[in-house]
Amino acid sequence: MSAKSLVEEMKRGLDAPICLTWELTYACNLQCVHCLSSSGQRDERELSTEEAKKILDDLRDLQVFYINIGGGEPMVRRDFFELLEYSVANGIGVKFSTNGAFIDEEKARRLAAMDYLDIQISLDGVDAATNDAVRGEGSYDMAIRAMENLKAANFGQFKISVVVTRHNVSQLDQFKALADHYGAQLRITRLRPAGRGADTWHELHPTNAQQREIYNWLLKHGENILTGDSFFHLNALGESLPGLNMCGAGRVVCLIDPIGDVYACPFVIHDEFKAGNVRDEGGFAKVWKQSDLFLSLREPQSAGACASCGAFDACQGGCMAAKFFTGLPLDGPDPECVGGDADEALSIISRGSEPKPSMDHSKPVTLTRTKLSVSTAS
Amino acid sequence: MTVALESVLEIHPQVAVRPETFGALAYHYGNRRLIFLKHPDVVTVVQSLNSYPDVQSTLSACGVAPERWPSFVAALSSLETSEVVRERQIAS
Ligand code: SF4
Ligand code: SF4
Repeated sequence: MSAKSLVEEMKRGLDAPICLTWELTYACNLQCVHCLSSSGQRDERELSTEEAKKILDDLRDLQVFYINIGGGEPMVRRDFFELLEYSVANGIGVKFSTNGAFIDEEKARRLAAMDYLDIQISLDGVDAATNDAVRGEGSYDMAIRAMENLKAANFGQFKISVVVTRHNVSQLDQFKALADHYGAQLRITRLRPAGRGADTWHELHPTNAQQREIYNWLLKHGENILTGDSFFHLNALGESLPGLNMCGAGRVVCLIDPIGDVYACPFVIHDEFKAGNVRDEGGFAKVWKQSDLFLSLREPQSAGACASCGAFDACQGGCMAAKFFTGLPLDGPDPECVGGDADEALSIISRGSEPKPSMDHSKPVTLTRTKLSVSTAS
Repeated sequence: MTVALESVLEIHPQVAVRPETFGALAYHYGNRRLIFLKHPDVVTVVQSLNSYPDVQSTLSACGVAPERWPSFVAALSSLETSEVVRERQIAS
């Protein structure tokens, strides 16, 4: 079977997700301006430890190989290690994303002693000024301290995860050097207008010229750089980047949020993309296999306005979430279409009329946002 | 190692195989790689390796016609490279 027909198979959906993100909590010590889940405060409907274990039982029965744990900051949950150990003991590998605040020397040693565990430290700048403008005061030092502790504990290869913005594209080489210094692997992903990111996307997303820079940089580094296949809209520039060239939402990708709602992907926390809840009868398996939303996402999708574009095979019209939260039609070009085909449509959508995320767990005071406007003005 | 009909193979102990309509997905917990087994017959053969003395006897037991053996040997070679299968370790 060729790679292409394999992608066709994947578009029809799999028996179980291969990229399942589970956000354990909406609580977070930080308040990043581009947070995909608008996290900050804990939701009182959060799943209990018992409910969480029941989900892990279901995932084991579905033979889900590994899960991506995120939040919020997952380590604020008191049962964090308990759930981690339960998951791994059930044959489900874990990769978790953290801002590093809680990885002190003791926790680093504890993490280093576990098998089948990957850690992803979020960092959005190679210096405190660039990083903290987006992730908040002190967050750079926090991440570096966590990396030092993991290194000292001999954790092995962890990941440094960067959301690429207008302000850090020029630092890609330095991110790579930093990762090499820690024996870490670099992962860069695309900024999407999801969660609080919807409010800051217009100011933060890379310019068209920078997109070309990202594309060339990724081509040069090949498979050494992880991307979560998030830059496939850039394939329209020429040779395809490594990875699956498709939107996996509801087909191979999904999100379980902290209160058990199941969404098509982590970047579409909106009622329109909610497939069900793990607390419903039949649990996660039934949502994955039978929900109307997921079944419809596995049907052939229309290319719409992209149908006449020669690059459609390569770029697939880009990211559904990016279109949705910028107010663009789902069957047309991505807001960052490298051919500029979305520019006109984007320019006539009045700011504020785009769909808003269904939930907002931001803390009431957002100091970081004030900081951002200062730094972007300069 | 190159795989041949007389090779003695086993499924790698760190690999889990999950059936899918197109064949199966295999996941290697050690190198964290996801591998696609793109034909149901290949899946059957991989899952039967441990039960037979060598590749050839596995293929005949799984009902694979001899003219298809070379392509199965090639498929197993690439699975050996990605560590889905390996040379059988004699349990001591
Ligand atoms: S018009 Fe559509 S298919 Fe063509 S490059 Fe733009 S987003 Fe991709
Ligand atoms: S909606 Fe966007 S982020 Fe979500 S799976 Fe599709 S391409 Fe990826």
